[in-house]
Amino acid sequence: MIIKNKAVVSDDWIVLRLSENETPESVTVPAGKIIVPLKVWQAQRAKLQSRAELGVWLASNERPEELKGEVDKFNVIAVDFPKFADGRGYSIAYNLRARLGYVGELRAIGDVLRDQLFYMQRVGFDAFAPRPDKNIHDALKGLTDFSETYQTSSDQKLPLFRRVKRDGIATVGSVHE
Amino acid sequence: MYKYDVYDHQIVNERVAQYRDQVRRRLSDELTEDEFRPLRLQNGLYMQIHAYMLRIAVPYGMVSSAQMRMFAHIARKYDRGYGHFTTRQNLQFNWIKLEETPDILADLATVEMHGIQTSGNCIRNITSDEYAGVAADEIIDPRPYAEILRQWSTFHPEFAFLPRKFKIAINGAAEDRAAIAVHDIGLSVLKNEQGEIGFRVLVGGGTARTPIIASEICGFLPWQHVLTYIESIMRVYNQYGRRDNMYKSRIKILVKAVGIEEFRRQVEADWADIKNGPGTLTVEELNRVAAYFTAPAYEKLPANDPGVASYKTENKAFANWLQRNVKPHKIPGYAVVVLSLKRTGVAPGDASAEQMDVVADLADRFSFGELRVTHKQNLVLADVKQSDLVSLWKESAEHGMASPNIGLLTDIICCPGADFCTLAFARSIPLAKMIAERFDNLDFLHDIGEIELNMSGCVNACGHNHVGHIGVIGVDKKDGGEWYQVSVGGAQGNDAAIGKIIGPSFNFQQMPEVIDRLLQVYMRERLEEELFIDTARRIGMTPFKEYVYATPINAEDAVDKNAYGFINKPDNYTVQRKSRF
Repeated sequence: MIIKNKAVVSDDWIVLRLSENETPESVTVPAGKIIVPLKVWQAQRAKLQSRAELGVWLASNERPEELKGEVDKFNVIAVDFPKFADGRGYSIAYNLRARLGYVGELRAIGDVLRDQLFYMQRVGFDAFAPRPDKNIHDALKGLTDFSETYQTSSDQKLPLFRRVKRDGIATVGSVHE
Repeated sequence: MYKYDVYDHQIVNERVAQYRDQVRRRLSDELTEDEFRPLRLQNGLYMQIHAYMLRIAVPYGMVSSAQMRMFAHIARKYDRGYGHFTTRQNLQFNWIKLEETPDILADLATVEMHGIQTSGNCIRNITSDEYAGVAADEIIDPRPYAEILRQWSTFHPEFAFLPRKFKIAINGAAEDRAAIAVHDIGLSVLKNEQGEIGFRVLVGGGTARTPIIASEICGFLPWQHVLTYIESIMRVYNQYGRRDNMYKSRIKILVKAVGIEEFRRQVEADWADIKNGPGTLTVEELNRVAAYFTAPAYEKLPANDPGVASYKTENKAFANWLQRNVKPHKIPGYAVVVLSLKRTGVAPGDASAEQMDVVADLADRFSFGELRVTHKQNLVLADVKQSDLVSLWKESAEHGMASPNIGLLTDIICCPGADFCTLAFARSIPLAKMIAERFDNLDFLHDIGEIELNMSGCVNACGHNHVGHIGVIGVDKKDGGEWYQVSVGGAQGNDAAIGKIIGPSFNFQQMPEVIDRLLQVYMRERLEEELFIDTARRIGMTPFKEYVYATPINAEDAVDKNAYGFINKPDNYTVQRKSRF
């Protein structure tokens, strides 16, 4: 089960993680709906690109620009959070959406917990695989903690001050011309 | 000052609800302590030695009388009747129960306050000039920009899990009173030759283990671009800042590693995409926020009040206070008054609930209901009529807030130290008390004149020791004892400098004598009217070093150890370093 488009849904994608004795070049990618590491995609591109369904995931220390011009080849792109305090994945997601033009499913995997979901949704994630020991229905509540936000991000192209009429106090003249 | 609109209220109230549920989940063990820690930290809640500590954001140091009364209420209801004002213009309560924190934050929300992002690896409370809006040397009032940046940084989704904490300071006057050169980002509002308003942007300054003066990344950034430009700095840092070693994870290390030119190139490359985009600040929004910071209804008054002049001649104590604690105001007939929280015998920056109520009343009666918290841990009434100075002096003196020591040796900047903080190697508050008592002679203090003595209990340098004219820092010698390293020649402000360490460390009992010897060198070497820092710059560190180490300093009997016991701690002190935070 994952959270996708603000609902708990069943999911049959499998995230491929290399074990210590496997290399990106030699690992066998099983048939079916597999989300492969970026390095596996780069090493086995010729073999993998003919697949009908394929996903790729980025580690937090990998660069989204590595997928420049290729983002449309994937049914899903995932970003791994090795631990929830590692915030690089938020900028990776932002860059995938804003700079690389990715519009497909963007999934947060790894140490994904309820209280990060609101921020993750804002930077462009629309799918979340919460840590399996946590209640996914509880995690879903994290998406609605706030009903208003101040700044722009992937989900909101206008800052609050351009979106709504904010109350002020009357003054004589303007402070800046 | 700024007033919340419906959106600000809504966001803060939703935060309280979110946090209340997080505490509920922690108490029912749905969340482990490891999972809960970053959540509580981003609401300002630390676990200290004895209890939880709650840090409340005082945005750019501005506080209304209603807010100050709420602090007093919280001190009485949830704490032990006092609070501690910090070097980052915030307020900390040291004896907090976890179960009560949601109620405290709900109480704070009623007066437009919170603990949001006062800790954790996120953008912290933005600090500014404590004399903003009233300083004679002000170019542009920085507070509207500070408030706009506060809102922009609040719950920024991309920058809540940075490599490390991130501090922004903003100054708008000729003199830098916001210590912008030792912040992750330092902003200085100015006008260019065409009269346009913009910012000089510094990046990568800091203290702690690796004290560095910030580098200029942009000489003039038009004000419209401040949010997007900072967004780009944050994005580069979030992606490339080190995360493998918490002591090397601040932005200063990144800037130093790649060099300012390369760092600027990366920022500008990121910025090219968003410059002039929807994140660009608008005139309408700037004017909306700036309208809250316009001048109050000043009266037309004579430049100098005759009552003050005559009372000054007949009352020496008042004259001393006037000299040290009263600063010039840009409006004729008004003055800026610093209420000292550095009374001898009290921890620097501490205020009792009663004092908080008193200053709230003083603010209502004498200063348009507003106060400021200074980064030197005092309080400021910024708009006092000169004709009210005598009354204000008398009343503040009755409540222990008129020590005429602003800018003098006993106006010590000091972190909470090992009495409260799990990070500290050594105590700082009792040391500050011991030094204050040794030099508690007003004539001597005035003779020494302006000097900044800054003390921290450990390398994290919350007491700004590196930029103290004299800096004292607790160091770890692995023997469980309390040891202090001393530096000379540091400074904040326009001529910011990192002090130089004079030599091997000293123990607790030796420290007052060390300070004494440093002062003796100054008095011996100073030219007429020369301040300590100027003498130190002129003669260098060597004469200080030679004199301090010339003869041994008695490490045992110099002071009565029992007179400076641990606050609320048993005898037989040993440094207890527990896990971080």
